[in-house]
Amino acid sequence: MVPITWYLILAAFLFSCGLYAALARRNAIAVLIGVELMLNAVNINLIAFWRYGDHIENLAGQLFAIFVIAIAAAEAAVGLALIISVYRNRKTVNLDELDILQG
Amino acid sequence: MPANLEEITALLPTFQQFIFVQVALFTALMALFVVLSRNLFHSALSLVGTLFGAAGLYALLEAEFLAVSQVLVYVGGISTLITFAIMLTRGMMFGATSPNNRQAGTAAIIVITLFSVLVGFLIQVPWSQTYPEIGDGQAIITSLGRMFVNEYLVAFELMALLLLVALAGAIMLARDHMIE
Repeated sequence: MVPITWYLILAAFLFSCGLYAALARRNAIAVLIGVELMLNAVNINLIAFWRYGDHIENLAGQLFAIFVIAIAAAEAAVGLALIISVYRNRKTVNLDELDILQG
Repeated sequence: MPANLEEITALLPTFQQFIFVQVALFTALMALFVVLSRNLFHSALSLVGTLFGAAGLYALLEAEFLAVSQVLVYVGGISTLITFAIMLTRGMMFGATSPNNRQAGTAAIIVITLFSVLVGFLIQVPWSQTYPEIGDGQAIITSLGRMFVNEYLVAFELMALLLLVALAGAIMLARDHMIE
């Protein structure tokens, strides 16, 4: 039996990688990739807790993870459409150069 | 010192642990490639590798329906979307400019702190680890389908509505306004 701690540490590592990508990258698409990494880390946590929990017959843990995947798909679609639209207007997806709203 | 064969074999990692270490190392390595690549294409491909590794982890945790859904939706859908978006917004990532912005150093410090706090906390918690045997995987998929239309019907319908609205909005946002 794999101890649950191993899964949780891996999920924490994936979450940290995603957070770094979302904070430190210049390209807007790289930020979205970081967000997807964070969502995957959360999913690993959810499924590990479902498997090693007390009520494995309650499938709400797996259901929650399926909802997370669906919402990640919707959010990725809208985010990428926004980025494409911004690229058409401003010819750049570099987040340092998108600063019209900055005072 | 272990005296007999049983004690020695009890010390060896089980086969499941060995497989977990392989899949987890692959996933973690791919996630590291995602954040450390200079080329955005390499980041996207490493994301595909990470998603496959996560699907392998779901299969290890005996959530096979989720593993297949992950491959279909994430790898087949979202990664393709990301690759298309990268190709449609090319033209500015040539050259040897760094992929990180001004706050990359601060972000690295924050992320390393967060990871060490999380791991330091996770190791100490006495998790209740029950590991019941799942006999019939087919019964799980059947009851997942039943739960979607019985207890979690509202959430299911809302998720469908969200997907419809999000995709229609994405098409509206990304269409070419020059076609008149």
